[in-house]
Amino acid sequence: MSIYRLNIMVCGGTGCMAADSQGIVDNFKDILKEKGYDQEVQVLKTGCFGFCEQGPIIKIHPDNVFYVKVTPEDVEEIIDEHIIKGRKVERLLYEDPDLNEKINEQSEMSFYKPQLRIALRNCGLINPEDIFEYIAYRGYEALGTVLKNQTPEDVINTMIKSNLRGRGGGGFPAGLKWKFAHKAPGDEKYIICNADEGDPGAFMDRSILEGDPHSVLEAMAIAGYAIGAETGLIYIRAEYPLAIKRLEIAIDQAKEQGLLGKNIFGSDFNFNIKLKYGAGAFVCGEETALIASTEGLRGEPRNKPPFPATSGFKGKPTNVNNVETLANVAPIILNGPEWFNKIGTEKSNGTKVFALAGAINNVGLVEVPMGTTLREIVYDIGGGIRGGKAFKAVQTGGPSGGVITTKDLDTPIDYDSLQAIGSMMGSGGMIVMDEDTCMVSIAKFYLDFTQEESCGKCTPCRIGTKRIYEYLEKLTEGKATMDDLYNLKELCDSVKDTALCGLGQTAPNPVLSTMEYYWDEYVAHVNGHCPSKECKALLSYTIDPEKCIGCTACAKKCPVDCISGERKEPHIIDEAVCIKCGACYDVCPVDAVIKP
Amino acid sequence: MSDKIKVTINKQIVEVKPGTTVLKAAESIGIKIPTLCHMDLCDFEFVNKAASCRVCVVEIEGRRNLAPSCVQKVEEGMVIKTNTPRAIRGRRTSVELLLSNHPQDCFTCPKNLDCELQKLADDLNIREIPYSGEKVNYEKDTSSFSIVKDPNKCIMCRRCETMCNEVQTCGILSGVGRGFDVIVAPAFELPLQDTSCTFCGQCVAVCPTAALTESNRTRDVWRALADPNKHVIVQTAPAIRAAIGEEFGMEPGSLVTGEMVSSLRELGFDGVFDTDFAADLTIMEEASELVHRIEHNGTLPILTSCCPAWVKFIEHNYPEMLDIPSSCKSPHIMFGAIAKTYYAEKNNIDPDDMVIVSVMPCVAKKAEAHRPELTNYEDSNVDLVITTREAAAMIKEAGLDLKNMPKTDFDKMMGESSGAGVIFGTTGGVIEAATRTAYEWITGETLENVEFNDMRGLEGIKSATVNIGDLELKIGIAHGLGNARELLDSIKSGENEFHAIEIMACPGGCIGGGGQPYHLGDSEILKARQNALYTEDKGKKIRKSHENTEIIKVYKEFLGEPYGEKAHELLHTKYVKREKL
Repeated sequence: MSIYRLNIMVCGGTGCMAADSQGIVDNFKDILKEKGYDQEVQVLKTGCFGFCEQGPIIKIHPDNVFYVKVTPEDVEEIIDEHIIKGRKVERLLYEDPDLNEKINEQSEMSFYKPQLRIALRNCGLINPEDIFEYIAYRGYEALGTVLKNQTPEDVINTMIKSNLRGRGGGGFPAGLKWKFAHKAPGDEKYIICNADEGDPGAFMDRSILEGDPHSVLEAMAIAGYAIGAETGLIYIRAEYPLAIKRLEIAIDQAKEQGLLGKNIFGSDFNFNIKLKYGAGAFVCGEETALIASTEGLRGEPRNKPPFPATSGFKGKPTNVNNVETLANVAPIILNGPEWFNKIGTEKSNGTKVFALAGAINNVGLVEVPMGTTLREIVYDIGGGIRGGKAFKAVQTGGPSGGVITTKDLDTPIDYDSLQAIGSMMGSGGMIVMDEDTCMVSIAKFYLDFTQEESCGKCTPCRIGTKRIYEYLEKLTEGKATMDDLYNLKELCDSVKDTALCGLGQTAPNPVLSTMEYYWDEYVAHVNGHCPSKECKALLSYTIDPEKCIGCTACAKKCPVDCISGERKEPHIIDEAVCIKCGACYDVCPVDAVIKP
Repeated sequence: MSDKIKVTINKQIVEVKPGTTVLKAAESIGIKIPTLCHMDLCDFEFVNKAASCRVCVVEIEGRRNLAPSCVQKVEEGMVIKTNTPRAIRGRRTSVELLLSNHPQDCFTCPKNLDCELQKLADDLNIREIPYSGEKVNYEKDTSSFSIVKDPNKCIMCRRCETMCNEVQTCGILSGVGRGFDVIVAPAFELPLQDTSCTFCGQCVAVCPTAALTESNRTRDVWRALADPNKHVIVQTAPAIRAAIGEEFGMEPGSLVTGEMVSSLRELGFDGVFDTDFAADLTIMEEASELVHRIEHNGTLPILTSCCPAWVKFIEHNYPEMLDIPSSCKSPHIMFGAIAKTYYAEKNNIDPDDMVIVSVMPCVAKKAEAHRPELTNYEDSNVDLVITTREAAAMIKEAGLDLKNMPKTDFDKMMGESSGAGVIFGTTGGVIEAATRTAYEWITGETLENVEFNDMRGLEGIKSATVNIGDLELKIGIAHGLGNARELLDSIKSGENEFHAIEIMACPGGCIGGGGQPYHLGDSEILKARQNALYTEDKGKKIRKSHENTEIIKVYKEFLGEPYGEKAHELLHTKYVKREKL
């Protein structure tokens, strides 16, 4: 191993990669070589830093300098100034919008300050393609400890005590799941890592797999030891090529080092991990559908019980955990369950990663202790609403969740509080909406997603979600009646009550939750009015006859010829023909066109 | 530990065995829960576990959601309510949703008044459909001669999949697509004709709606009957007489041979004949072939070839084993070949003016009739095939009630049959019939007890050993293609050795065929039909095929030797290697 003076960590998360962070890496390598510094400075592509809003991000160790919005063209200047002369490139430092000051260090930024990184602990810190960097940060120590000093029962007890709950959405205690699978009779058992991340906007699992794949492999081996499984499967969507590549590298390296394979750490324990690719069906995140897909069958859920813990992959006892859940395992083993219990709220311990998106200043990936309030996430970490607009709501739990409104901004967020206010944790998607958002349209957006992603097996989900979507479509077109509104509500309740799996049972949530908090908005749509002015069909442009000078500019511009009037006389818009494109509004020289 | 579980259903306490479903537990105390996708093949030990329709949902105390009673197993102390407003709303919504995506063409639907969805809508008092919106819009698959697939009527109950994949192990049908547009279809939504579907029709037999129906040929039959220049004759397969009565409200197992013959005659057929006659003919040929193979060290085992679904199955799945099925055409095809030659000659009819109609318990026979190998003199041996259900529909159409028809006999020349021909309609029957003849031919002795009980019953795979002189004749029998596959694999692996094997594609044999009155896997109905056939056999004076006087005559006057040159030309066929798709 060579020893480097400096390490340049370039964010290799998908967001930064899309903004050409590969070009940054390439330029660094080329120019460092050209200038003769390639032996003392190492360039690494790491996992996601989380602060996607400011990407591409690079961080220089051990100087602990954090550059934002870097382009490949900036590389030469960074090398000349920072690497060679030891001076920071001021213009690439993050500027705090409130203080208007440049900030060097990650930990000083308001985006990172309230965060506590357990699952994301190594993301952005280590080279995910080098097992030794993981080991350097206590990697595989937990597995070693468990294999040398603990029985499977000990491990399960630690997990139960830690009260680590499923981070994929359900919040079921992981330790109990392990216990059930451990107790289930059978000499052939399986561990499955659910990496079929599918909530729109969520990318925490991808970031963990891309940034710290070994943390998942290690946890799977620990879980395997605990329940008595020798095979682990990672069900990962084929649309995550970088995560797949890094997992493959990680598995190979772990095998080379004897951390996977036979007689791990000299014990009797054997464990191997295989990847299984999903084709990107949302429903395959549901564990029974996931197992069916892993077996090569159509990815559709079946009725539970039996639960996978007794009859899962190939009918054998199987434990399915989500990526983020697994990423918490090694730190719990190393630091003890008591340490974990101190973080978070009484019934939800530890942290949760959220993918912050929507009308917010700092879009990105954040990990906060359970119990953090929405206000802290939106305003402190998220930097508030984009464009200085007013906050309206946050959708958590993706298509299975609901909205949290202003009144709950100060509710400490955990599994139970979210459920109590009609939403759910879900996998941690958090979409922030401002005052311009129409809640009926939001519900329609989610239902459009679920009705398309339904596996089509059960009636309420296959046809019910479609009919719910059609009601919402009618509403946004101003064609719905009050009767439709009541029928919609009843249908939602019925689908929730009768659908076969979690997808269908939670699909009506976005509708029920927005109906609860924004009933008036629904009624307004029945009355042909969209308060947020988002539903185009409900807008009507008019011309103020007092102001109109009859210049005909609007009539000439109108693409559907729906404006008429004599020259120098006030003009009129034919609403029946108008397509609400707004061209007349833009072109009017005297502001006579009234925007709805 | 108690071996019973105590649960409360609608305030009644009931004790049931562990593993009992809520549905069965409720049934045991007379509480009816409506179902739709549920299908329990009881004795055949297959259950459609999809739980997809969500009609049978019930409330269980302490559960957040309603539970499907068809798959939910009882647990100690469970408190179940089947008829609360909430449970009723749940099941009602499911049916309303299904109806909102269903073509409302009940008037002309092939399953009108025989449709489980229609009945359920009535039972649940649904008088309007509260939802309107898009409906799926797929083309009908009419590619095959056997089965019509109308995806717009599919309710995703998955019964057909259970039959196709689990019972028959053919794997043609499965859920395809995503979301609202999901349907059951072959891979890549291929037309059925282009797949390795055997056309056994077990999917048709269990479809609760008209998503899968037989390709209806009754109009063609009426058209032929209306044509004064055509000589139209009909033959009925052995299994028809034991089932067609059910279409007229009679008890399963009612034997209505005579009533059926006079009903068909009333429709205007120029001759009403018995496929049983051809079954006897088949035995003459097949038993000769068996004896020939035994005496000449030919390929053994010999496999029966009466069942066209079975033939297509082996062609697709075991193309390397095509030397073992008997080369005999199936009985109704043999009938056609003899009718268009011998009968035509004797009655001075131009075969080109003849229309041979087969009434079969089977939808595969429809496709079989179109096989190019099953022709002579460039003319198909059989022209039209209709199922038991279609024949019953025609009789009803003519205003006849089969129950009240007089009993008459089949027409002469091709109407006589032995008891051996009759039992062709049930699993084990063909091989029993063949054994009766082979025994006498090989030993030259008279067989006194013609009933072989080892070959009877509804067990999936049966075997029997018959001592024929010095020879221990080993016989294997399978019904249902899954069982057939198991049996064939055991022969391939050398685990089992047989001289002769009978295979029928449908569970129960032809009595449970895809063209029979819907029995939905109720094995009691199958047993009743089976008994009817054995009863008719028992009542026959002649119970061995080679003693059938009309058969003796047809060889003497026309065919010459069994398994001879003319017989080969008219009564034997060959098989084709087919791809598995």
